Amino acid sequence: MEITLGHYLVVAAILFTLGIFGIFLNRKNVIVILMSIELMLLAVNINMVAFSTHLQDLVGQVFTMIVLTVAAAEVSIGLAILVVYNRVRGTIQVDDINLMKG
Amino acid sequence: MILPALCFYMFSAVAIAAGVMVISARNPVHSVLFLILAFLNAAGLFVLMGAEFLAMILAIVYVGAVAVLFMFVVMMLDIDFTQAREGFLQYLPIGGAIGVALLVELGFLVAARSVTETGDPLTAKLPDGTGGVTNTEALGQILYTKYFYLFQAAGIILLIAMVGAIVLTLRQREGVRRQKIASQVARRRDEAVEIRNVTPGTGI
Repeated sequence: MEITLGHYLVVAAILFTLGIFGIFLNRKNVIVILMSIELMLLAVNINMVAFSTHLQDLVGQVFTMIVLTVAAAEVSIGLAILVVYNRVRGTIQVDDINLMKG
Repeated sequence: MILPALCFYMFSAVAIAAGVMVISARNPVHSVLFLILAFLNAAGLFVLMGAEFLAMILAIVYVGAVAVLFMFVVMMLDIDFTQAREGFLQYLPIGGAIGVALLVELGFLVAARSVTETGDPLTAKLPDGTGGVTNTEALGQILYTKYFYLFQAAGIILLIAMVGAIVLTLRQREGVRRQKIASQVARRRDEAVEIRNVTPGTGI
């Protein structure tokens, strides 16, 4: 019943896979795609904290803080872009975002 | 020693279940609420691993700020979400295939790494050489000295994100009456009051 590093890695792997799965499953809904990205970042953070505890090295936790900062910035900018896009075009359907014909 | 194991299984099971619900909930508001649940349980896992400060940061920054931001945007945008659910089953096979493939690869990685066999139990103990200080204090001791520039860069990133979000969403609406204090103060007597001599019985 001892919880080792592997247990945490498995949990993080499952969460990361759920994030990727969510991106594929909700191709039309940008908000859920952003939430899936958050899940993936959370999985990476769990990995880094687990290795930080395993290796007895605090750098992993410092790195996790930086990742949290960048994730918060990313979410705020992404949602701001979403709000502006919804104001301009009146929709946030991914299929309709083809103005640049990319 | 059975209590940490029980806590681990409870936290991870609820986190994974909440993750499943995030991507499969019909209503995005429910997705956001399940995302909050997943974050809280991940914070519990962090506490089990001895990263108390990061657990609190996760609870405060993510649950308190980011998830609420999601909630505001979901409620503000007023989108027809039934339309957004179209093609859910259409993307299920390819998404499932890629997800399963990735999970199997990650499983191989974890298995081949052999950390599971030889690894010591991952208990929350303080790193060596910190002299018995708490996690928060140890983190502060290296964050403000060795990783000071990284810390400053994180602050600049947050500042730029804040400025960017404000610049993106600020707009000047036409036809909105606002109080203009400067023009109110700059008003003079001769443009506000007019004196007429009215003869009795005629009116103006």
